[in-house]
Amino acid sequence: MRIRCPWCGERDHREFTYIGAASAIRPPIASTDMEAHKSYVYDRANTPGDHDEIWLHTGGCRRHVRVRRNTTTHAVSASEPVGPWRDTLDALNTVDPVGGDKT
Amino acid sequence: MKRYSAFSIVKNALTGNKDWSPAWRKPEPKARYDVIIIGGGGHGLSTAYYLASMHGIKNVAVVEKGYLGSGNIGRNTTIVRSNYRLPANSAFYEKSMELWRELSHELNFNVMFSPRGVLNLAHTPGQMDTYAERGNQMRLMGVRSELLDRDQVGRLNPGLDVSGSSRFPIEGGLLQPDAGNARHDAVAWGYARAADALGVDILENTEVSGFLKEGDRIVGVETNRGEIRADKVGVAVAGNTSRVMKMAGVDALPIESTVLQAFVSESIKPIIPNVVTFGAGHLYVSQSDKGGLVFGGNIDYYNSYAQRGNLPVWEEVTSELVSMFPNFARLRLLRSWGGIMDMSMDGSPIITTGPLPGMYLNAGWCYGGFKATPASGWCFAHTIANDKAHDINSAFTLERFKDGRPIDELGAGPTPWYH
Repeated sequence: MRIRCPWCGERDHREFTYIGAASAIRPPIASTDMEAHKSYVYDRANTPGDHDEIWLHTGGCRRHVRVRRNTTTHAVSASEPVGPWRDTLDALNTVDPVGGDKT
Repeated sequence: MKRYSAFSIVKNALTGNKDWSPAWRKPEPKARYDVIIIGGGGHGLSTAYYLASMHGIKNVAVVEKGYLGSGNIGRNTTIVRSNYRLPANSAFYEKSMELWRELSHELNFNVMFSPRGVLNLAHTPGQMDTYAERGNQMRLMGVRSELLDRDQVGRLNPGLDVSGSSRFPIEGGLLQPDAGNARHDAVAWGYARAADALGVDILENTEVSGFLKEGDRIVGVETNRGEIRADKVGVAVAGNTSRVMKMAGVDALPIESTVLQAFVSESIKPIIPNVVTFGAGHLYVSQSDKGGLVFGGNIDYYNSYAQRGNLPVWEEVTSELVSMFPNFARLRLLRSWGGIMDMSMDGSPIITTGPLPGMYLNAGWCYGGFKATPASGWCFAHTIANDKAHDINSAFTLERFKDGRPIDELGAGPTPWYH
């Protein structure tokens, strides 16, 4: 299985650490809605097919990547940067990444 | 049902083996049953058997999308054990052990239950302390355990590298002498045959495509062989739980599906008399009666419905095997395969009424489904028949997550692929 890192290019999935479903989004910290917090921690759709998920490129740039991966074929169809580095990608892409493609 | 016996074997041998009959019927679906169980795996079949044998509910159908035993009941590494720490798990898996011991007699089908012992290896003094604690907790709950030092481990398993010079030197181990193996396919066939004899219809190649509802209440299923109605519908579909429950309108559950791979080597002469697990990683190995080494390790750490995994797990698992048993390094792998695990958020199962009226859920088995097969069916049948959990499965609810009472044996937190 290979995952495309937006910064480093396509790499073996062993370079990445699985963080989990991208659909799990923490409710606002001030929220006192127990059901919303419980759903964030425990409830997952877990449907077969395309699955949006977060991977950490542990053995590479150590940035988080949002990946769309098909859970019945393991094929990765899309990946995009997430986190505070999201807006720095274009600037970074002007520099040749070592061992990766620039697209 | 014609009973199997030594006499029947001799008689059939003398008459050219022409008198054997199929072990279960291939009935046409009826329009209506008292109970439908979705999932013709170990848990579904054992549920149907105990509904008929213990609760007198014989108008039951087991609906299976493929052939009988095509899912995880035929894909596991056949280990049966109850070496748990938390009371809810300990009581449940001990119930299972109690049923395993008499299962062949009860079903009149040899499930080849072999209590050959499960040995967990320890590789550090700290791990020995942890195992001493776990062993004591097992004993407090009435489960036999023995803490072994390195010499005792070496005598038990002559092939193990106990030299102290390996990468992860063996310090000792924790043995559950009453644990062991059973023949996985025979468990499915045995329950199917015994349930069928009590009147249960086993509907193979019958795939559920939706649920019949009256208001909120589930009143049956839609299948590729037509609608089938029932007063009660139980779901026991392991890795497909989220997919099937979504058809009923349950969009989220505390479950993620992942792939667990298993491996069999070529056959060799008897060398492993028990089940051995590696304590510095995750590997469990035993030897089948045909001589192949049957082993497995961690799940592939990501969501998957693929029934096949990736190569890094092969490398991890086989290198752990060879670090324990250096003499296996030149063995060839015969087969490998994957099964879809319904990994729950706390690593413990769910056997409960609901979540919708008329529905019952049996799921969240993680790696542990096979050994649970008898107790899972026993508890699920009780829950369906009485509309109320038995004491033994009363903690395995869906509400435990909301109530802050997860049963997290490993203390790994809500990260299902770490359980």
